[in-house]
Amino acid sequence: MQDVKDKTIPGGEDFAQGEKRMRLNMGPQHPSTHGVLQVIVDLEGELVVRCDPVPGYLHRGTEKLAENKYYTQIIPLTDRLDYLSPFNNNLAYVMAVEKLLGLEVPPRAQWIRLILSELQRIASHLIWFGTHVMDIGGITPFLYALRDRETILDIFEMCCGARLTVSYCRIGGLMADVPAGFVEKVQDFVKLFQLSIKDYHKMVTKNPIFVGRTVGVGVIAPDDAVSLGLTGPTLRGSGVNLDLRKAEPYLYYDQLDFDVPLGTKGDSYDRYLVRMEEMAQATRLVEQALAKLPEKGPVKADDPKVMLPPKELSMSRAEEMQRHFYQVIHGFPTPVGEAYASIEGSKGELGFYIISDGSSRPYRMKIRAPSFVNLQALPMMTEGRMLADVITCIGTIDIVLGEVDR
Amino acid sequence: MFSAAQATIGMANIFLDTVAAPESKVNAPAEPFIWFLQTFVTLFLIMNVVLVIMAYQTWAERKVLALAHQRYGPTRTGPFGLLQPIADAVKLLNKESITLKEADKSVFMIAPMIGFIPAVAAWAIVPWGDANSEGLLGGWIRPVIANLNLGVLYLLALSSIGVYGIVMAGYSSGNKYSMLGSLRSTAQVVSYELTLGLGMMGVLLMAGSLNLNEIVLAQSNTMWFVIPQFFGFVVFGISGIAETNRSPFDLPEAESELVAGYMLEYGAMRFGMFYLAEYINMNTIAAVTATLYFGGWAAPFPFLEFIPGPLWLIAKFSFFLFIYYWIRATLPRFRYDQLMGFCWKVLFPLAIANLAVTAVVKLVGIYAGWWG
Repeated sequence: MQDVKDKTIPGGEDFAQGEKRMRLNMGPQHPSTHGVLQVIVDLEGELVVRCDPVPGYLHRGTEKLAENKYYTQIIPLTDRLDYLSPFNNNLAYVMAVEKLLGLEVPPRAQWIRLILSELQRIASHLIWFGTHVMDIGGITPFLYALRDRETILDIFEMCCGARLTVSYCRIGGLMADVPAGFVEKVQDFVKLFQLSIKDYHKMVTKNPIFVGRTVGVGVIAPDDAVSLGLTGPTLRGSGVNLDLRKAEPYLYYDQLDFDVPLGTKGDSYDRYLVRMEEMAQATRLVEQALAKLPEKGPVKADDPKVMLPPKELSMSRAEEMQRHFYQVIHGFPTPVGEAYASIEGSKGELGFYIISDGSSRPYRMKIRAPSFVNLQALPMMTEGRMLADVITCIGTIDIVLGEVDR
Repeated sequence: MFSAAQATIGMANIFLDTVAAPESKVNAPAEPFIWFLQTFVTLFLIMNVVLVIMAYQTWAERKVLALAHQRYGPTRTGPFGLLQPIADAVKLLNKESITLKEADKSVFMIAPMIGFIPAVAAWAIVPWGDANSEGLLGGWIRPVIANLNLGVLYLLALSSIGVYGIVMAGYSSGNKYSMLGSLRSTAQVVSYELTLGLGMMGVLLMAGSLNLNEIVLAQSNTMWFVIPQFFGFVVFGISGIAETNRSPFDLPEAESELVAGYMLEYGAMRFGMFYLAEYINMNTIAAVTATLYFGGWAAPFPFLEFIPGPLWLIAKFSFFLFIYYWIRATLPRFRYDQLMGFCWKVLFPLAIANLAVTAVVKLVGIYAGWWG
């Protein structure tokens, strides 16, 4: 039998004599820890004196699994990291591999990636919006947010058949070109969504109870935010201007015009406003990108060593068929070396670091998961505050446990 | 030999001598035993009406919330999901009642009853029609179960007892969330009871009576008290929502942090009793709001008097229930310290000011002869 008072288990140590405290074990089964996060909270009355997040209940060993799979086979694994923005995970991963291989991706594929990446950001922020307000007690915005997200999922379904685990990116491009009617559907969505955002602001932004629950709650000073390594809206809410789309432009973000919203006080309300504005900016980006999307063009790179041959050729010509079989069975070799690519995901800087020993499988793959890093801010934000603020803070840093635990 | 019937009649006489309205025809019976039976029939009827209304209130709440959420709500059980309350009841009754190993068993079992009984008992004083009239079928169905002179006080007392159910449930469950929920609830209900009582004081001063029927009659003679007592109505309405632990004051069962609060470890019909109590309390507060401020069973205009009193009461309190659902669909939840701050820093001064102004105006009016 394991000693339950083991000092190595977080929260296993005893209280000192005379301390009038209660240890509350929130999670991993709890309606508001956004998945299987465990938070061990020491309470004095309703006041939090210590807060200790314990991740790991959703650990699936994605990084280790990746070492035993061909580069192409890893794409479905990345879907399951941040399952609220699978497309962005795909994108960050394939960008790392493309960097390693030195692949040139055709412009049409890059524009489509950009559009879908921004739509995915909106979808992820919508879930954040709904659950954050729901944690604070408002049940209605959640359903409105899901209604709009549904349209985005429909767009993904239209492109690749899947709604959640899209796996739409391929190394060197996309699985297939977008179907007819894609542009119109996205345009319709953008128009509708710009109205929806106004609705959300009406429903939530000026609500006195919501303002009371978020203003001054979970304050992160800019210096602390930087030293904790926070990224994404959680960092920008504290007023630090770092957005990879501006700082290190990838895809074609340097050709587009958009603003990076910044907070001033670094509290939950600022982060709320930052994310809401990011959704509005994302619609701007999508509109501009749709205008610049090339009418025609390939969506796969022209590199026979990496890319599978076109289907009609592999079905009709012997060499192409052999190459197809060879690549599916043995993968493709990569140059010895390492590559790191990161994108501004919906939660922050999502990076993939790949070391290659020349084989067709990565020697090591490290995922820089924004949720995991951002979760570190939780104790600092909550200690000395009320129990209900713990829930607000978990909501405001927008974690997804699939990504925290990987 | 001292029989049970004699004992009941004796009890009824003591009751009548002490608290019942002396001028009321109904409460001055020639035949105490018949009077007792009549009370029983009325009680049976009113309780059933209240419980059926309560059951359909859960259905109505789901439908209204669904409307706000752009969903359908219950549709599978009968037309428009109208059999949903019955399905719920069958489900709750069929489930196993679990008592935890850590629970304090006797307290754990009593707690739901202590929550439930005062909630139902509060309906004894709500008048469904003119309590001074004889009622239907020659007095066999009366408009009110007990026409108490101390009606409002009885109501406040019962709502205080109901809190014990919540406290005992939280304490006996052996669960930290339940404990926190019940502690919150105690602080909340104790604070808001004060503003609830102070909020209605203005009405009591204006009507000059604690009897709910007298208050309705006073409104029929002048106007609905919501007009002169608007601030009192605001304080009473908000405190009423807090008193029934409804959103945005649903902290004792705050789903997002305390999972289900004090009722977390309850299952089956024991949970059902808390649930029933919550909804009946909501009903009571809505009906009392209608009675104190919106003329209760009385028609708003004389030409509408052909519609019977009970329908007016149901219509009026249904309106308030709709507002409760609406609030639940719209507002987020307060934090605990904000909740207490709101009570003591906003509602309490407002209630005191309202009471003071009403008292001064009433007093000046008496000396100046404004009230005839």
